[in-house]
Amino acid sequence: MALFLTQLMNGIGSGAVYASIALALVLVFRTTGILNFAQGEMALYSTYLVWFFTQRSVPVWIAILLAMIISFIGGALIERILIRPVEKASPLVLVIVTIGMFLAINSIAQVQFGNDIKILPRAYPNKTWLPGGVQISSDTLVLVGVLLAECLILYVLLNRTRIGLAFRAVASNPESSRLAGVPVGRMLMLGWAMAAAIGALAGALVIAPVGLQGASMQEILVYSFAAAALGGFDSPLGAVVAGLIVGVAGTMTTQYLHAVHDIELVVPFGLILLVLLVRPSGLFGSRRVERV
Amino acid sequence: MTADRARIIRLVVAFGVLIAAVYIFGWYIPQFHEQGTTYLWAEALYIGVAAMGLNLLTGYNGQVSIGHGAFFALGMYTTAILMQSHDWSFTETLPVVAALSFGVGVLVGFPALRVKGLYLALVTLGLAVLFPQLTNRFVPHDLCKTCGTSQVGELKAVKLLPPSWTPTFIKYPDQWAYYATLTIAVIGIVAMYLIVRSRFGRALIAVRDHEAAAETVGINIARVKVIAFATSALYAGVAGSCFVLVKRLATASSVSVFQFSIEFLVAVVIGGTATVLGPFIGGIIVVFTGRWISESFPSTILFWHINESVKNLLSPAIFGIGLILLMYVLPDGIVGGGRRILNSRLRSLRRGKTSPAST
Repeated sequence: MALFLTQLMNGIGSGAVYASIALALVLVFRTTGILNFAQGEMALYSTYLVWFFTQRSVPVWIAILLAMIISFIGGALIERILIRPVEKASPLVLVIVTIGMFLAINSIAQVQFGNDIKILPRAYPNKTWLPGGVQISSDTLVLVGVLLAECLILYVLLNRTRIGLAFRAVASNPESSRLAGVPVGRMLMLGWAMAAAIGALAGALVIAPVGLQGASMQEILVYSFAAAALGGFDSPLGAVVAGLIVGVAGTMTTQYLHAVHDIELVVPFGLILLVLLVRPSGLFGSRRVERV
Repeated sequence: MTADRARIIRLVVAFGVLIAAVYIFGWYIPQFHEQGTTYLWAEALYIGVAAMGLNLLTGYNGQVSIGHGAFFALGMYTTAILMQSHDWSFTETLPVVAALSFGVGVLVGFPALRVKGLYLALVTLGLAVLFPQLTNRFVPHDLCKTCGTSQVGELKAVKLLPPSWTPTFIKYPDQWAYYATLTIAVIGIVAMYLIVRSRFGRALIAVRDHEAAAETVGINIARVKVIAFATSALYAGVAGSCFVLVKRLATASSVSVFQFSIEFLVAVVIGGTATVLGPFIGGIIVVFTGRWISESFPSTILFWHINESVKNLLSPAIFGIGLILLMYVLPDGIVGGGRRILNSRLRSLRRGKTSPAST
């Protein structure tokens, strides 16, 4: 039982990361209708920035904050400069552009910062508590705490402010909101900017314990996509819940199902397939009806 | 009268191009070049074949897959294992690869029925990431004496020699690899023309353009989508078989499978979606651009000295940026965009000599 609970906690910890990145994916998808394959690499670049600042003896939390601010601006610029010109293009063109970004950002980051493994200083002490034999690490607590904070901030921002109202208007109907005087372009930039900042935070926290290198974010991105698909791509709540589900499912299967040893990725994709087959719009997503 | 003459001119030009292509591809490249070049062209051809297959799915049927590297790797492993441990010849493995990749394509294609557009990209992304894990787990690790991983190979030189039934101008392994790939490519192109112009091809386009409307005129959407997926998987699988002849081994890592998937997709987009030859040409361009970046990329730009390892890191960046730029300039690819520009030129020419500024 203690082992089960320990694995549950580990699952929730990694699930919190998937949930954060999935949240970023959802923000981008809700506003611009794009599956951003470069989201993970954007987070990677931000994490390199954190490393860069800490090398210049900036305290870790400040470094993360700086990286988040830069990512926020960078995300907005990416939307404005790279995405806006192809906004109305076919989904294929959009996929290709984000894949181009994926390749470019990844290799630019490695050229700029070097392709050896970087060790990030921890932002908090590494501790483990054992209440009743259940291991709870400070990693898990911090990740979950950060996820909760993100959710709270996003909730307040989107549902309790004028900007949030405008943002949601754009997400649900860009044409009408443009007519109503909402600055649609700025809202799209805001979506990308927030996604980039969230990615920076999640990246910095999750990579710190394991070391940073070029491929660090790719597996995380895969799991996050699974989470976003599971939750329904247009639902932030869905992304969070599904992120946790994917995380827990991952640790549980590696612990208890030896058949999937070495092929753990079966789990997220089994989940995606299952959900898409049964409920194509995801657990929390809204269904679209097409008229002929 | 003038229409007839235009048609005759067109036919003559097409015939000339065909003769030139037959000479260049059938004789000039494989007979007068060193081994490395022939292998490089063979590589370009099989990437082209895989891209052409993917285009059936992406260009004509409107489904985006970023997992066709997995089918490519499937064909690669099937051929390599059969040749290495069961002593099959290359040609014998092809029907097996075709059937297998088509079959797996049907299985994987079923989710494609329910998922639309971008969601399929996700499912297939999973395929690309998962496949290397599967080979790691299930391919016996003793198939590669030297590498100790789940690669297959390196194949013995004897197995790569041209079989005895081939004509005498195919002497060396590189020529055999080239001609085998070329034959497959030609068959692939002809088959693609036939598919696209058939009833099934029109159904594909109808489903892409308006699924609901297509259904009302009696098209079985499920069947069309699954067959499109499986056929494109078949192309990718057979292309993977050719890989073995050229590289003498089968290997799959999550990076390489993903890269192949992206290469195919990029080739489709560079060449032009929903054109038969475009993706094939795109594949050739992708391979040669990659080679150009790794070999003749300048080692200093202004004051910045670029060493070898940085160059390797930098090539995806150039590739990625080039890709984004291409999407801005020619979103319908080289063949599609070229055709569009040519057509509008012709139209403005035909419309009369009243606008002298148009040329």
